[in-house]
Amino acid sequence: MSIDTTTQAAATTARPRHGRRRRKELSEGAKAERRLGWLLCAPAVIVMIAVTAYPIGYAVYLSLERYDLRFPDAAKFVGFDNYAAVLSSPYWWHALWITLIITVISVVVELVLSMLLAILMHRTLFGRGTVRTTILIPYGIVTVVAAFSWQYAWTPDTGYLSAMFGNSAPLTHTFQAISIIILADVWKATPFMALLLMAGLALVPEDLQKAAKMDGATAWQRFVRVTLPLMKPAILVALLFRTLDAFRIFDNIFILTAGNNNTGSVSILGYDNLFTALNLGIGSAISILIFICVAIIAFLFIKGFGAAAPGSEAKR
Amino acid sequence: MATTARQKVGWGSANTVAVFLAIVPVLWIVSLSFKDPATVTDSTFWPKKWTWENYRGIFKTSEFTRALINSIGIALISTAIAVVLASMAAYAVARLSFPGKGLLIGMSLLIAMFPAISLVTPLFNIERALGLFDTWPALIIPYVAFGLPLGVYTLSAFFREIPWELEKAAKMDGATPFQAFTRVIAPLAAPGMFTTAILVFIFCWNDFLFAISLTSTTNARTVPAAIGFFTGSSQFTAPTGSICAAAVVITIPIILFVLFFQRRIVAGLTSGAVKG
Repeated sequence: MSIDTTTQAAATTARPRHGRRRRKELSEGAKAERRLGWLLCAPAVIVMIAVTAYPIGYAVYLSLERYDLRFPDAAKFVGFDNYAAVLSSPYWWHALWITLIITVISVVVELVLSMLLAILMHRTLFGRGTVRTTILIPYGIVTVVAAFSWQYAWTPDTGYLSAMFGNSAPLTHTFQAISIIILADVWKATPFMALLLMAGLALVPEDLQKAAKMDGATAWQRFVRVTLPLMKPAILVALLFRTLDAFRIFDNIFILTAGNNNTGSVSILGYDNLFTALNLGIGSAISILIFICVAIIAFLFIKGFGAAAPGSEAKR
Repeated sequence: MATTARQKVGWGSANTVAVFLAIVPVLWIVSLSFKDPATVTDSTFWPKKWTWENYRGIFKTSEFTRALINSIGIALISTAIAVVLASMAAYAVARLSFPGKGLLIGMSLLIAMFPAISLVTPLFNIERALGLFDTWPALIIPYVAFGLPLGVYTLSAFFREIPWELEKAAKMDGATPFQAFTRVIAPLAAPGMFTTAILVFIFCWNDFLFAISLTSTTNARTVPAAIGFFTGSSQFTAPTGSICAAAVVITIPIILFVLFFQRRIVAGLTSGAVKG
């Protein structure tokens, strides 16, 4: 969902130049323009701050309190006790570990498959429209619906896949269940990533490919030496957003296993702490820790890989 | 390029595999929804006996029909608000020069990456305090907030494609910047806004986490959340058929959207990546 947001920011490069020229020419108009700009952005900014920044601040405050919904009057400030409780709990580390495993495997598999799919859509000789339309179905379908489809497919006595594997019940075993969660995630997210990579492929000039071919480069060499480097920005952006998306995984797990048999992600843990344990303080501490993890991942991508830092116009 | 028969077969089978993998899970849930309750556990891919019973069943209870109304209403309202607010901001980003533009873009990006679960706990408490919990606004508010970044980025990419000379011409003719926006640019921007609306709608339609956390009754519970909590008619019957029928009903509009607007959706999703 969010991947497309990135590079557009970079596309603003041409804008400021235009604006500067304008300001010099007519400073009267520039003032009005500035005011209009703020006016037009204000509603969006206010909504975004009100719905994200304020609640996150509030979550920080809640996370420092002992706050059990069953005993709301007993709420009191406890400092970092909630964090200590979460960080010393094996449940948190297990959930984090599961989440990281799911994230890394899904994203790697998705990257390979979506690259193949992108090449297919880019190069196939016929039926291009059909393929593009069909693969939009996994993108558009409600995650919960897709998760139910996978769940029933693997339910003994009901599912065709379970029947194929000797009426097994893989969703009741940790390892198999995690594989199915990854399968469901890959099925849903690969088409979207493939569309982004296809857009990147379209940027690789056909001439370069031909020149490399003339020089005797094999198909593989052309892919690794010509196509991949030119696609790097598109790949990094797709990777960044897919990684963050996978890290937030919730819907698939909730439907497939509900986090049973040690398959819960950090998001599932946070949800359970709020709605099953009714513990707002601990739930908020988990929320903040997840937020910090996401921030770290984003930071590593942008700094570590020198990813086309999304939103940073200056870099381009 | 010379095409050999071998190449044709190769690409053809690759196409087939891709299409097959994409639609099998969808066909499976359709098939389950048409299975007779007595044969739902025969684990065949296609029903032996087709029946509409599951569909009749879900439309008999208000649990599903009410959820469907909630889903449609909440998604449409959220989409409308998000697209209007986002197009104002995107116009400013694409067109005007003002300090703080980078900040807006950075903020949108941050929100696009935001883990929804981090907001669920505080929003749950805030909405309970405000009396919004389990109402339509309870979901519309976060949907608008998360739809906005998507809208701002997609729309600002579309807005950059518009022939801006027309705006200048309108201003020459005495239109204020605001008039130039509503009279000249908005109609030209309509296709981009429509595409953005589809993407935001799909996002709202798909949401599950907010829907189960910020609602508790049929009052505002959307279909994904409702089917997540469907129960059978007695505790011994699994609601498989009902869940699948409900799932098919909410999948159909999306598949129709996708079939009709395939080009637009692809353009919307990739507009950024291409021009980056």
